[in-house]
Parts: sequence; structure tokens; C-alpha cells
Amino acid sequence: MKGLYRPGDSPIHRLAPQCKLVAVVLFAVVVVATPRERFWAFLLYALSLAAVTLIARVPVGYVVRRLAVELPFVVFALAIPFIGVGERIEVMGVSLSVAGLWAAWNILAKATLGVAASILLAATTEPRALLLGAQRLRVPQLLIQIATFMLRYLEVILDEMRRMKVARESRGFTPRDVRQAPVLAKSAGALFIRSYERGERVHLAMLSRGYTGTMPTLTDDRAPKTQWAMAAVLPIVASAVLFVS
Amino acid sequence: MTLDVRDLAYAYPDGTQALFGVTLSIARGERVALLGPNGAGKTTLVMHLNGILTAGHGEVVVAGLPVNKENLREVRRRVGLIFQDPDDQLFMPTVREDVAFGPANMGLRGAELDRAVVTALEKVGMADAIDRPPHHLSFGQRRRVAVATVLAMDPEILVLDEPSSNLDPASRRELATILRSLDVTVLMVTHDLPYAMELCERSVILSGGVIAADGPTGEILADGDLLAEHRLELPYGFAVPTPPARG
Repeated sequence: MKGLYRPGDSPIHRLAPQCKLVAVVLFAVVVVATPRERFWAFLLYALSLAAVTLIARVPVGYVVRRLAVELPFVVFALAIPFIGVGERIEVMGVSLSVAGLWAAWNILAKATLGVAASILLAATTEPRALLLGAQRLRVPQLLIQIATFMLRYLEVILDEMRRMKVARESRGFTPRDVRQAPVLAKSAGALFIRSYERGERVHLAMLSRGYTGTMPTLTDDRAPKTQWAMAAVLPIVASAVLFVS
Repeated sequence: MTLDVRDLAYAYPDGTQALFGVTLSIARGERVALLGPNGAGKTTLVMHLNGILTAGHGEVVVAGLPVNKENLREVRRRVGLIFQDPDDQLFMPTVREDVAFGPANMGLRGAELDRAVVTALEKVGMADAIDRPPHHLSFGQRRRVAVATVLAMDPEILVLDEPSSNLDPASRRELATILRSLDVTVLMVTHDLPYAMELCERSVILSGGVIAADGPTGEILADGDLLAEHRLELPYGFAVPTPPARG
């Protein structure tokens, strides 16, 4: 499972994951706190993200393509000016709500910046490292364990899913329309039960090796102050922009 | 005695009785094959050996320690259970973390822990894979790492559930070489009778929840009637050399 991660050796890649996590969250907070009328502040935020992209040597296209995850919000945002109420203006013969336009801009600008920052984080940090970072930030053990197992078993479960698909198709099943949905639903159910049973077996294996509810932490990867300072640059620049504007 | 099972009986919560009084002793350094048809209670017996299931009647003693709540931690260190599907056994993101899981739970840290991990991986010839994620390894490699996860806990007895299942012939032979090289007591649950013959001097047949036969592997496998009675048979074309008559 590689996911969004893009291996590299830039200063951003080398930053400790917990520093990057904190930086992205703070950046997002500043962006969200920015009044929507301050257009140039958003422009500067975008420019600072572009600078990070450059330093991380992540191709711009890589980030832009992955912004597609935002599409559902975009559709929603684009609908608001049409369905919005209140004062209206004519744009190229179409009547749009002024408040709706502002709301759409607000959602689009802030979501895009937040998503782009998260993509950069994911592109420069291995999924496993992200979890270790979150663990250092005292995210509850249980959540970390669940996410760790998900990472480990995603491939195993996908494999199982592929085998079931092959088994279905080997017996002449071709999904054509909704009428075949029950078969797929039953497959999903079977997959769920198989995964649940695997979970039980894994739990037994863990108990057999002395598991008592907490994962042993093996690494003490405290981040040096310089790393925190480096990671702080992005949120500090962003808040400076917010205060000046 | 490394392992002493006395008169062990067990019924599952739904009332199905799986074991009807099993008595089995294994001395230090022995390699014993536990043979039996499907549903004979082999897995149920294995689950008792490290306290995952607790005896309904009778008792299990590991190296002098009765398996009970107070001794659970120590018993689990001494009994190394290796499950059939290495994907169940290897649940951590990297081989290193996985092998370290057991000894870390036993309280090892730092250099001591690293040493235990590396030593265990070297014993199974997988030291090169230490930083790889388990799902990038071949099935045979995963099974070897699974053995290492248990070896790292320095167990008194290694209990393997169908160690040769799903292995190609070369991986099967490699695993046999590794198992033979280990200085540890082994209890091997298997249907692979030639594998039992190759690795274990002694075999036990568990059938219908009781020990039906216990003796030198050669003698047990040469007794076609005994095998047939318990739904066991040698693969086509195999024959066990006739054991020398006992005097």
C-alpha cells in the first residue's frame, strides 16, 4: 500500500512526522479563521503551499490531480449561488445570489487550501510514519492500533476481495445492472465475516505473544527543536499574513 | 517434562465436547508430531497449551508451571504458538516490529530487544528482510518469519499448526532444515505424514478427542490399519521402511 506517499529525500520528507502533522493542522486553522473577503491573504496561503511543494520536489500536477478528492464539495459549493436567497446579481444573464457566491468562494478557497496541505503531508510522509507521529502526539492508542491494523491488512483483504471476484466470474457471473446487486451485497457480507474471523485469529496470535491491551512502543523518536522550528515556518507565515491583512 | 497434559477434557460453550481426557507428556528436546483427522480436537488441544482456552477438566503443565491465570504471562513466553496462516501471525507493519512484539511484551527494550530480534531472524535465515513489510514477502518467507516471532521469545516448546501447508516443495524443505537446526522441543500438528516422518521421532494420534496412539513415528506410519481407523493415510506411492522388530 503506497497510497499518496511519494518517496523522496527532500527537507520536507526528512521532517519528523509529528512536526508536519502539527504544522498542517495549524495551517488549516489559520486558513479557516481568515475572513473570506481578504482575497490576497488566500493568494499568499496558496503561494506558501506552492513553496512547500517546490521544496518537497513534489510535481505540481501530482498535487492538483489528487485534489479531485474535493470534487463532491466543489459540486455542492457551485450549487449554492443558484439556490441561495437574498440579494441577487446578473452574471452573463444568470441570476445568482450574492450571499451564495460568497459562501461558495469561502468553501472552495478554504477547502482547496486544506486539502492541498493534507496532500502534501501525505505525499511526503509514509503512512506508517504518520501513525508514529500521531502516536507521539498522544492520539489515543486504540485509534492508532486500528489504523495500524488497517494499513497492515488492507492488502490482505483486497486480495481476498479479488479472489472472491475471480470465483464469482469463474462461475459465469457478470455484473450488468442493479438486479445483480444482491450477489455483490452477499459477497460484501461474506467478506465482512471473513475479515471479522481473521480479526479474531489475529487477536489470538497477539494474546499468544503476551499482548495485554497496549502495543509496546519501541522507538523514542523525539523530534529535535530545529525540526519543530522548520515545521513551524508554514503556520507562522500563514498567521503573519492573517494578522497583517 | 517440558509439557504435561493430564486428563484434559473440554467442551465448547455451545456444548460440543472436543476433548475427552487427553494425557500427553513431552520431554525436553523431543520432536513430536500430533496427527489426527479434521475435527479430532487438535486445534482445541493446541489452544490449551498456552492458556487461550482453559481446561474444563484436568490440567496442562508447562515446564512445571500449571497453565492458569496467574502463570499466563510466563506460560505464553514458554509456549511458542505458530498459527497456520502467517498473515494471522504477522500483524505488525514491519518484520522487525513483528518479531519484537513478543519480547517487548515480556519487557525487553533497547539493545537487548534488538539482539533478540536479529538472533531470531538469523535462525530462520530472514535477517535481510528485517525492515520489510510482511505482505511483501513470499508465503514461505512469511512462515519463516512467523517462526522467528516465536523464537524471539526464547520458548521452551514450539507448537506449530500445519507448518507445511501451502508451501512449495523447496520452502517446505527449507522450513524442515530450519526446524531441525533449532535446539527446542517441538510439537507439530500436521496431516503431512511424510513431514512428520522426516522431522519427528515420535508421533501421537489424536482422534475423537482422545489419544489413540503414541509411539515412534516409523511404527505408527507403518501400521496401515491404525492409520485407516483414524482417517489418516500415507500419500500415494509412499511407504515407511519396516521398523526393526522390538525385542
